[in-house]
This record gives sequence, structure tokens and C-alpha cells, in this order.
Amino acid sequence: MRVQRIIGPIICAGLFLSWAGTATAQISLVGEWTGQYHEDRDDRVPGDVQGDFTGVPMNDAARRYAEAFDVTRVAVLEHQCQPYNAAHIYRGPIQFRFWEDKDPANQEIIAYRQYSGTYMQYRTIWMDGREHPPEYAPHTHMGFSTGRWDGDILTVTTTHVKKEFYRRSGIPASDRMTMVEHYIRHGDLLSHVMIITDPDYLDEPYVNSQEFVLMDRGNQNWLYNCEYVMEVPMDKNDVPHYLPGENPFIEDYADKFGLPFEAVFGGAEAMYPEYMQRVEELINEQAQ
Amino acid sequence: MSSPLSSMTSRLSMLFVLAATVSLAAEAQQNTVDTLHVQGNVYLLVGAGSNVAVQIGDDGILVVDPGSRETSDDVLAAIRALSDGPIRWIINTSADSDHTGGNETISQAGMTVNGNPAAIVAHENVLARMAAEDRPVTEWPLNSFFESNRDFYFNGEAVFIYHIPSAHTDGDVLVYFRGSDVLVTGDLFVTTHYPVIDLDSGGSVGGFIEGLNAALDITVPAYLQEGGTYVIPGHGRVSDEADVVSYRDMVLFVRDRVQHMIDQNMSLGQVQRAEPSLDYDSRYSNEDVPSTTEMFINAVYRSLAE
Repeated sequence: MRVQRIIGPIICAGLFLSWAGTATAQISLVGEWTGQYHEDRDDRVPGDVQGDFTGVPMNDAARRYAEAFDVTRVAVLEHQCQPYNAAHIYRGPIQFRFWEDKDPANQEIIAYRQYSGTYMQYRTIWMDGREHPPEYAPHTHMGFSTGRWDGDILTVTTTHVKKEFYRRSGIPASDRMTMVEHYIRHGDLLSHVMIITDPDYLDEPYVNSQEFVLMDRGNQNWLYNCEYVMEVPMDKNDVPHYLPGENPFIEDYADKFGLPFEAVFGGAEAMYPEYMQRVEELINEQAQ
Repeated sequence: MSSPLSSMTSRLSMLFVLAATVSLAAEAQQNTVDTLHVQGNVYLLVGAGSNVAVQIGDDGILVVDPGSRETSDDVLAAIRALSDGPIRWIINTSADSDHTGGNETISQAGMTVNGNPAAIVAHENVLARMAAEDRPVTEWPLNSFFESNRDFYFNGEAVFIYHIPSAHTDGDVLVYFRGSDVLVTGDLFVTTHYPVIDLDSGGSVGGFIEGLNAALDITVPAYLQEGGTYVIPGHGRVSDEADVVSYRDMVLFVRDRVQHMIDQNMSLGQVQRAEPSLDYDSRYSNEDVPSTTEMFINAVYRSLAE
């Protein structure tokens, strides 16, 4: 009898904890969402101007990489069909479909799935409490994601992402990045916040946000094909790049908008309001 | 009602089971080698000094680089957890002891079809180097070859061995499992550190890039530079073509930058201070291997200047 008195509450507590640990009755993110491009439009839709490094807390290693970056690298066979990675894909034109995978036995959400029309990329956000894989597991463009609900905010952590770019101007993203996302729904609007840490190329977390709108009618642009072909006669194994100090386009953005290059290339320091004073000083120095 | 004797026997049995369980658990904890199924017939063993690739099928077991001598018992246990079939073949991608130290243990645990220990295959430069280092004969790859490539059929698929003449050393090989579509690169490609270009063992930066390009000629991605042919590096994670491309680009960029500095008559010290690999140092400089920025730039400079 005494044993039963002890075991009973333990079982109840276990059941409660088990129930509390799963995703239940959260706001639904299911549907087809399309980008709203009023924010950072020039960066996200037509694409950034060559030499635009603003707003990214890039470190010295990233600067060196960006200096060497030659956009014609995309003509190299092995680079032609390289898609944006998870940290970059939401920064371009994108529609994505969101759905749930439920355990047929109890209807608990095992995972959220996402399919992006951009590059036909699939993401799985595991909600079942599993660990991220060991470091020796393969990396993918979309990485490995786990999620949890914080109230009505879906928070997703992604690792195992392939190396790519934070911006097409050549700001590199390393394969050791970690991305934390927050999905916040307000009616038919979805706010998406990304916070990226990267021990190799960022001095500080890189924070971005973008808005999506629920589509009443699904768009049909869900396919993307890419066949790599030799488009320009070149040595098959040549990879275009600039030697240090020889990139003729590095100051294009600064020149176009009349900004000091130091400010454009300034990384984290140049992202904060107090840096405006330094920008004014630099502009005055340029004018003299 | 049980007798005192049977009660004691029961308690002793429980103690025995408990002790055996603790012993098995301790043994399991001691094995530091992890196993990952890569694709098809091929598995990766991690934690053995270098990466170990294991191909398993009806014909038996083939091991590419059994890892270090210190971990060879754990590697053998990991192989046995996958299959109790005969270990028939071992292939060495170089003479490095972290890749070949386990040759003896794994070979002796195996058997060719005619009853000898499992045959160890490598390029003849690997055999010559191991013999010159006075390594035990039982570790030598006596099934050596001198051709540019070799192939045979095992476990229902063709196995290709391609010699890369001057990369990490002069004895490197790529091993490609055609049916499984898995390429094993040895230290020609790693994800954990800069290339170790062993100039004194016949390595060169130009040959290293050629070797990486040869690997890229074999790999085919499934879709948008992902999946398809999987690549087991000498150290680090399972990769695919995109990862090899990224590594090839890095070596090529640094080679070109150092060559440019040599053309400007810069000394090795001046080149080191100019930080020609700054964009990759955080990612690939690794004192644990060791393969530091200084060592890499030194090797690239010497390879180009001498």
C-alpha cells in the first residue's frame, strides 16, 4: 500500500512531464507564405550592389574573403548550382510552404516541414526533443534544425549548415555557424527573425528580420532546376578570385552612394547609431 | 519456501549478472570509436586517430585506413559490431601512422581466401616509406602497386584505387566504391585543418590541388551541390562535392597569393606576416593535428619557391 502511495504520484508526475514536454495547441504556422519585401528590398529582391558590406558584423577574415571574391566564380561548374544556405535563403525572393508531421498514435507534432520554392529546398524542424547530430555527420544547405515553442513563438536552432554567403557581395558564411530563428505569427503576417553566430566570419551575432504574408491561393512557382554546363571557355579547374588589393569592384557600393569605404567595410562597429558621427567625420575628410 | 542455499545461489547469480553488466557497460564506455553508415555498403568509424572506412558485404570486409595502433582494438570491436564476416582487404591511403598503425591488428584478425592475414594494399611509395621507418613487417602493405590506378570487384561493386602522385605525400591514393558511390580521400581532403603538405615525403601544393581536382572529377552531386557521391575525408565529417570544392578553392587561393608574393621577391617571413590565408585561419589552423597557419604557409612557400 505504501509503495502504491509513492509510485502513483511518480507516474502522474511522469505523465505530466511527458505531456508538458511536447508541442501542444500552439498557434498554427501551416500554410503557404510569401515574402513581403518592403524591408531591405534592394538587398533582397534585385540583389545587392557589388561591394555592399553594410549591416553585417563581418570580421577581418570575412573582409579578406570578400576582397578576394570574384562574382564570376559562379561560372565554375561546381559553383553554378550552389543554392543559398539556410542563413541566406530568406534574404532573397522566397515563398515557402509550412506543414506539420504528426505522430499518428497521439497526434503530437513530431516535426514541422518547410519547402522553399527558391532552389526547391526542404527543411525539417524536429520537435521531438532529439539531439543535434555529432560533428562528423554531413552538413547540408538547410542544416539540421530543432524547435521549441516559447509561448506562441516557434524558436528554431540550426547547425550542420554548409558554407556559403551571408550576402552575394562575398561575405562568407562558415560551416560552423549556428542560426537561431523565431517565427512569430500575427494573423496573416509572419515575422521571421534570424540570429546567426559564426566563430569564423562574424565578430557579433548577425541579426535579420523579414516578413511573410499568408497566401490565400498557393503560388505555382515551386520548381527550380539547374543544370551545370560550361558556359564560358575556361580552364575547368580555374576558380576566379582577386589577389589582395586587386579587386576593382570592392568600392562600387561606397562610390554609388557616396559613402566612405571604411564605413561600408566597417563590420560590427559601423552597424550602431553612434557610428554616424564617425561617418560624418569620414565624409568631411573626403571633402577636404 | 526457499532454502538458505538456494537463496544464496540466487543472490550470487544476481551479483554475477550485475558485475557482468557493469563490466560490459565499462567496456562499451571505453570504446571511443563511433560508427556512422555513410551510404550503400560503406561505414565510417570515427575516433581512431584518422577516419576509418569500412565496406561490408557478402564477400567479407574491406577496411580503408585502420587508424592508429592505439585504437586498433576499438576499431576491430567496431568492425565486429557491424559484421562477423572475414576481413579480406585493407587499403592504406598513405604511410602516416595515424592511418596505418592499426594495420597489424586488423590484418591479423582477418584472412584472405587462401588463409593469409588480410592483404594490405597501398602504393609502393607507402611500402618503401614504412620499410624505411623500421615499422613492423606485419604493418607493411605487401600488396603494393606502382601503376597509376588499380581496381577490383568486392562485395558486389567495383573498387577503384587512384594514385595521386604528389599531394600530401607521394603515395596518396583515392579509394572509390562505385556502387555505394563513396569516395575515401585520406589526408588529401580533411575538414578539420589545413592540408599537411609533407614536402620531405614527396608532397607539393600543386599536386595537392591536382589531387583535389581528381576527387572532384569523381564526385557527382545529387541535386544542387548536395548529396550524391559522399566523401570520407582523412579527418573530419562526412562530406560531398560542395565541401571538397570549398577546400579546393581555399588551397588554390592561398597557392596563388603566395605565388604572387614570391613573384614580388618576398621572403618566407614577409609572406607569413602578410597573412595570405587570413580568411581561412580561424577555420583550418589547428594546433592539435598539428597543422597550423605557419606550417601550411611554410609548406606552400617552400613547395613553390624551391
